[in-house]
Amino acid sequence: MQVSYNWLKEYVDIEIDPWQLAEVLTKSGVAVEHVIPCNKGVSDVYAAKVLTCEQHPESDHLHLCTVTIGAEPIQVVCGAPNVAAGLVVPFAVVGATLPEGVKIKKAKLRGQDSNGMICSAKELGIEVDKIPPEQKDGIIILPEDTPLGTDICEILGLNDYILELDLTPNRSDCLSALNVAYEVGALLGKEVRVPELKYQTNSENIHDLAKVEIVADDLCHRFVGMMVKGVKIAPSPFWMQHYLQVAGVRPINNIVDVTNYIMMELGQPLHAYDYHELAGHKITVRRANEGEIIRTLDSQERKLTSEILLICDDNRAVGVAGVMGGENTEVTDNTVDVFIEAAYFQPVSVRRTSLALGLRSEASLRFEKNIDISRTPYACQRAAQLMQQLAGGEILSGMIDEYPTVHEEVIAPLNPQKVGEVVGIEIAETEIDRILANLHLEKVKSEKGVNYYKVPSWRPDITIAEDLIEEVARIYGYDNIPTTLPGGAASRGGVTPAQKMRAQITDKMMALGLNEIITYSFINKNNDDKLRMKEDDPRRKSIAVMNPLSEDQGHMRTSILPGMLNVLANNINHRNENLAFFEIGKVFWLDGELNSTDLAIERYNLGVVLRGKTVSNWNSTASEYDFYYLKSLMEEMFDVFRLEQRVYVPCKDNPTYHPGRTAEIYISSKKVGVIGELHPEVVENYGMKSRIYAGEIDIEELFALGCGRLSVSRLPKFPSTGRDMAVVVDKDVPAVELLEVIKANGSALLQDAQIFDVYQGEQIAEGKKSLAFKLTFQAEDRTLTDGEVNEVYDKILNKLAEKFQAHLRA
Amino acid sequence: MQEELKKIKQKALVAMEETNSLEGLNEMKVKFLGKKGELTSILKEMGKLSAEERPVVGQLANEIRDDINKYLDEKSAYIKKQALNAKLALESIDVTLPGKALPEGTKHPLTLVMDDAKEIFTGLGFEVAEGPEVESDYYNFEALNLPKDHPARDMQDTYYINKDIVLRTQTSAVQVRAMEKKNGALPVKMVCMGKVYRKDDDATHSPMFHQIEGLVVDEHITMADLKGILLEFIQEMFGEKVSLRLRPSYFPFTEPSVEVDISCVNCGGKGCRVCSNTGWLEILGAGMVHPNVLRAGGYDPQKVTGFAFGMGVERIAMLKYGIDDLRLMFENDLRFLRQF
Repeated sequence: MQVSYNWLKEYVDIEIDPWQLAEVLTKSGVAVEHVIPCNKGVSDVYAAKVLTCEQHPESDHLHLCTVTIGAEPIQVVCGAPNVAAGLVVPFAVVGATLPEGVKIKKAKLRGQDSNGMICSAKELGIEVDKIPPEQKDGIIILPEDTPLGTDICEILGLNDYILELDLTPNRSDCLSALNVAYEVGALLGKEVRVPELKYQTNSENIHDLAKVEIVADDLCHRFVGMMVKGVKIAPSPFWMQHYLQVAGVRPINNIVDVTNYIMMELGQPLHAYDYHELAGHKITVRRANEGEIIRTLDSQERKLTSEILLICDDNRAVGVAGVMGGENTEVTDNTVDVFIEAAYFQPVSVRRTSLALGLRSEASLRFEKNIDISRTPYACQRAAQLMQQLAGGEILSGMIDEYPTVHEEVIAPLNPQKVGEVVGIEIAETEIDRILANLHLEKVKSEKGVNYYKVPSWRPDITIAEDLIEEVARIYGYDNIPTTLPGGAASRGGVTPAQKMRAQITDKMMALGLNEIITYSFINKNNDDKLRMKEDDPRRKSIAVMNPLSEDQGHMRTSILPGMLNVLANNINHRNENLAFFEIGKVFWLDGELNSTDLAIERYNLGVVLRGKTVSNWNSTASEYDFYYLKSLMEEMFDVFRLEQRVYVPCKDNPTYHPGRTAEIYISSKKVGVIGELHPEVVENYGMKSRIYAGEIDIEELFALGCGRLSVSRLPKFPSTGRDMAVVVDKDVPAVELLEVIKANGSALLQDAQIFDVYQGEQIAEGKKSLAFKLTFQAEDRTLTDGEVNEVYDKILNKLAEKFQAHLRA
Repeated sequence: MQEELKKIKQKALVAMEETNSLEGLNEMKVKFLGKKGELTSILKEMGKLSAEERPVVGQLANEIRDDINKYLDEKSAYIKKQALNAKLALESIDVTLPGKALPEGTKHPLTLVMDDAKEIFTGLGFEVAEGPEVESDYYNFEALNLPKDHPARDMQDTYYINKDIVLRTQTSAVQVRAMEKKNGALPVKMVCMGKVYRKDDDATHSPMFHQIEGLVVDEHITMADLKGILLEFIQEMFGEKVSLRLRPSYFPFTEPSVEVDISCVNCGGKGCRVCSNTGWLEILGAGMVHPNVLRAGGYDPQKVTGFAFGMGVERIAMLKYGIDDLRLMFENDLRFLRQF
């Protein structure tokens, strides 16, 4: 909502400047976003009469004119097509300034002296889309009776300021200049002047000429109608055009402008019908028939449903109630008799209609936020009065006022003590009463320590005690509230074990040199195919978003990888070649139909992606990321939680991954995730080329396993003995199986067994590989002898030979 | 004989002086003091001396031996030190060269802010609560005093899964869940942080973003307490000098509702580009919990009061780290990430 500073001054005495006013309003809850001066630097531009206007002798489009601002004639060259002798126009004299610092100087145009400039709206800094269309391409034409020499800023209202309000939904009362004035009055402690009704009616009675019937009284609570006969359609005066322009409404003609003016002034949307176009001179307010069609003022055909409320004459629909009028009955240049509608439509109904038709108007905006139903007759009368003032004609006596659904006045209770209890500082009852009285909240009774206040009809947001407390607090001033900390019982704050685990994973991944990323939870459905998911992969059953902005946000992710892979690709495009990212976020699983009690299954996953090389510099060589690097990251992470019994099972049939370089990870027999090299086709699907290692871990599974207990073993007192053992086995024998046999047969003396070399090639038979283990033997109570160690060593070797046909490498 | 001894001493000193290696010194030792050394040879002649002379010469010989030994030790220590210094000098490196390359991991700026917030609020006795991101319309709206068709629903463009299920538009959705979980116990003191979703995608809006929500419900909770907690938070997050102000605002789930501004963290309140020359930055919304919300959570508004607040994590991160483009947060460009 935008409102003019000068307009507000018509209702309430304001002695502070617009910026100060903005500050006061903002502090108390009606935020003023901007204060915009209407005058963008215009000075010394005056109303002038064009005395003569001839063709410029040296030009076919310029005119040579003489004008006067009341004294001697001044010669000026003017290029506007609509300049003509006899017109009154804005004239910038020599020395005048225009917007953006333009200064008017004496000039010679094609040999002729030009001492000033006749101005167009644009040249005066007025936005073109807010002026009447016929003046768009030329100079502004002022009314003939404008006194010559009057400052144009005064005439066009340029000595004004626009207050741009940023209203919260509860303060939709301020979609009315008068209601903003009430707020200003309360804040400044000033009276508000409501415009007086003063008009003559003729002897005709409206009830003899028009009828209104409300069929759907649940949706139309009140309908007021008046008539003005014999109007003359013309542009409205500049002052009204100015206020409308400030409010963001384009002036059209005096009748339509009055309806818009009243809407902006009083918050009551109005509609003016051409009386003679209303068939049967009867209006019926009813629900639309399913599929009924109406052509609205914006020349669009609209198909309606039975939920939509219509204004109809005897033959057809003439308007969508509260949203937009119909084309068939609109006021035109030929209109003579006008029927004015002022009604109250049920907010939810208007809101639904406006959503259903995708049609929002200044009117629907106000209706859906609840207008002041008690003001409806006044608005209609004031409109009639203004129409007569501006367009002539006669106001018919009487007023149609159908009011089937009466609104009760609201009385809100308040225990004055409660104010202090909520706000945190005691505010005296007299102060409370004073603040509320300024807001037109009148104390109507007191009972058992509770005061009751009558809520003004234009403040539908106030109904309960808390609303009154807010009114008091905001006017009292939040700056005046002290700063304390909550008392009461102490509470032990903290994070949950699951939150702690996620934080530890984040810390570990960061410590291991990975960069954390955050990607969107919703992804394009085509990622299922990009990841080469099997047709029956349960991850394909993702949750669809009903109203996404684009397909890229169409489904909730069931894997954390797609977003991460897109980030990889983008980074590569930006020449970031070596990348190690992790993300912790939720994936979403559909479990049957979702409803209010059965929500989606949401699980935190850890995703890791590696691409390119490790860091390097003059002193460290880079190595390519590989499967084993990724595996180590996982191992380090599992170590944080002391999760033992980790098994990496080769996985050949996950289509997302390389069939020979992928493992499923099991911990204590629970599958917790997958790591591996991505399948080359997946890499390609994301627009990349080189190898990518990726893994996805289900953190919820890790959490379910719980942390292992930390228990420290004593340090040995006797020295250990090391032995190496290099054996040759078939190349497909997994190393871990040999390790298991070694450990199982190492008796109590084998403390540790590590693989320190894996070799295939020369000296080793084809189809074989050599694995070298470092074995560490130790006893708690003695230094071991060679004999003891040899015995265990031989036993291990025999078992390896037996199980894997292993033999010592020559 | 005494003369000869003195000569030997003189000779030895000169020889040692000229020696510059430990081996040389060793040779000297053998040459002068060894079993067949010059001093020993002379002393073998002692028997020829008179009884008066013998002790005198003996003493002189001992003195000379000690002197030579002492000198040998000194010289040897000197040579060792020289050698060590020479070795150290040879070993010198360019300490201005960079260190070994170690991978530098980073946390996402949003995680950094949420970690900070967690630390601050748990320190103030808050529990960290959680709730689903695919949320029911009930918890996201209705329980928060936002019935269907409430005009304030326009404040947020909502992603729907179906008519009853939404992507939560606000972490406030966790408020009533947290209260229900407490089952009437007091105090309720929780923060919740996480992802929220709104249909808005342009330079200053991301369809997914993060919020931090706080809720305190107890007997005698006031707006002054709200101010106090927020001041603690703001000053921990942005520094001791930051002040705050409250402006009236509107949220359906709080009454009164306030918008909270902090003095500009960039210019300290003087006015600059960051604060659009106002000196203030809008940073969060808050208010006293609406009685309908307390009721929805199972609390009696006659007996308890509460406050709630909510803020955007992206906004805080942008202010705290001077990030001027929201989109950087979700582009995850390595060059951006590595700065944290």
